[in-house]
Amino acid sequence: MRGLGGGLGFGDLVAFAVGALRGHRLRTLLSVAGVAVGIAAVVALTALGEGARQYVVQEFMSLGTNLLIVLPGKVETSGMVPFVGGTTHDLTIEDYRAIATRLPLVSDAAPLAMGTESVSHDGRSRSVAIIGTTAELQRVRRLRLGSGRFLRSGDLEQGGAEVVLGVKVAGELFGNANPLGKVVRIGQWRFRVVGVIEPRGRSLGFDFDDVVFVPVATAMRMFNRSSLFRIIVEVHTADDLESGKQEVLDLLSKRHRAEDVTVITQDAVVSTFAQIMDVLTLALVAIASVSLSVAGIGIMNVMLVAVAERRREIGLLKALGAGTGQVLGVFITEAAVLSTIGGVVGLVAGWAAVRVFVRIYPAFPASPPPWAIAASLAVATVVGLVFGVLPARRAAKLDPVLALVGR
Amino acid sequence: MIELRNIWRTYQVGDSEVHALRDVDLGLDEGDYMAVVGPSGSGKSTLLNILGCLDRPTGGEYVFRGREVNGLPDADRTRMRQHEIGFVFQFFHLLSRLTAQVNVELPMLFAGVARAERRDRAARALEAVGLADRAHHRPDQLSGGQRQRVAIARAVVMRPALVLADEPTGNLDKSAALEVMDLLDEMNGQGQTVVLVTHDLEIAARANRRVRMDDGAIVERR
Repeated sequence: MRGLGGGLGFGDLVAFAVGALRGHRLRTLLSVAGVAVGIAAVVALTALGEGARQYVVQEFMSLGTNLLIVLPGKVETSGMVPFVGGTTHDLTIEDYRAIATRLPLVSDAAPLAMGTESVSHDGRSRSVAIIGTTAELQRVRRLRLGSGRFLRSGDLEQGGAEVVLGVKVAGELFGNANPLGKVVRIGQWRFRVVGVIEPRGRSLGFDFDDVVFVPVATAMRMFNRSSLFRIIVEVHTADDLESGKQEVLDLLSKRHRAEDVTVITQDAVVSTFAQIMDVLTLALVAIASVSLSVAGIGIMNVMLVAVAERRREIGLLKALGAGTGQVLGVFITEAAVLSTIGGVVGLVAGWAAVRVFVRIYPAFPASPPPWAIAASLAVATVVGLVFGVLPARRAAKLDPVLALVGR
Repeated sequence: MIELRNIWRTYQVGDSEVHALRDVDLGLDEGDYMAVVGPSGSGKSTLLNILGCLDRPTGGEYVFRGREVNGLPDADRTRMRQHEIGFVFQFFHLLSRLTAQVNVELPMLFAGVARAERRDRAARALEAVGLADRAHHRPDQLSGGQRQRVAIARAVVMRPALVLADEPTGNLDKSAALEVMDLLDEMNGQGQTVVLVTHDLEIAARANRRVRMDDGAIVERR
């Protein structure tokens, strides 16, 4: 700021500007409101965009991190439908065992076999998703038990007649009674309940509360499947994802003598979503910026009116020894003070709006990112400076003799 | 101290030229007290504006304390207005949102005087014009005479060599006008050069030099 007022101190400039603004309360209030609305919009919209991004990322992260997902079949990226497709091999429990035990980068892995079947107890029945898996799924998918235990790690091929219920299934079948140790029927099969999953809610469209978990071999026999639905693989660190993916692909193509599986990294999915959200946030910011520039034009308007109205004052200031730079400084400072006050008010208003929103939708982690707060304040000030220049130059150029007589 | 030689001030109004000042010669010594009289439109205010470095003449020479000032850049003329020249106006020209004290501080603000010193000097200037007890009143809480005394305090607070007063009593009743004139006399008594524009001959009589202007020219000197 040094030099702006041509020798006038920054504090003096601001004091003078505030004094002048207080002289026109309504006009000051309105232009402050204009900037405030713009800034509040930027803050609130970036908070929502950022909240959406974090929500998506958190959803993915809650499923576990550093995950690879192996699915049978090759996703063709060429767009050509092969005329004679190679036979797709099943993804077998043996494949799973090989991945889980032989690959150094793999820290954990769990197989998934999926189907839908009705689960019943004591005359009540409910059709739910049946997930056949192993003990490892609990670690990989960060499942927490509300009571009892998860599936035992045991003989993969043999399976077993134990079941772990989602909390909703448990509630529907047993009400408030303790389901542990009770027997449920899944289709024609009888299972003993060994655990209930803690409520977890819907996550990316999949409701973990409304499923049951059974040993993988049992599920495959129940549904008469020869192939697993997925294998979920966890590698040690995020850096291992790419090489881990290659290891898995190499191992399976050796075992199948063909490249007939697809491995996707969760990371890629997350970053795609995150990118989409970033673009969304940017779009919101762009929209909000429009209102900011409108506010800037409002400030320019107010300052032009002020210059026109205060010609005598400007003439007087010049007669009293105010230089061109000082008059320029006085009016630019006034515009900057206007817009900075607007920025602060808008920041508070935007932040309050976000708090209210979070109160209504607690699950949505909306909070304005620090860069947005800093940027909106900076933008408000810059808007004031930029849009204040033209009126201030007009003031500085006034002929003092004419200005003094009000012409 | 001041020498005006062959000063012309010409305005272009449409196609015709209007001469606000025609070939004005004028000398002022340190400590002079000069009244400029004449009908409206005779060029009195234009003369004052040129003396005050608010306006530049179209032709002629203006030497202020040995320095030709017409050709000086704006920044230098601004500095002269800060330090060498004080203005008093007919309509006071106080900023209505500021107290008397802060109005008097304004010239020092632009001259870069430190805050504490500003406060101190403004208070003393107000005391000198007998308004110490009105320092924190706004102009609308002051009478016309008081306002003009505040304006005089403002004009002299930088201790300028030259005080220019344009109809300082034109908007005041008799007693307020006399108070204001007493103050101007006093400033002159302290060695400041005063140039006073008026069309009140009684007021003009208090000055030790008088010039009469008509149609942009000086027609009488006493």
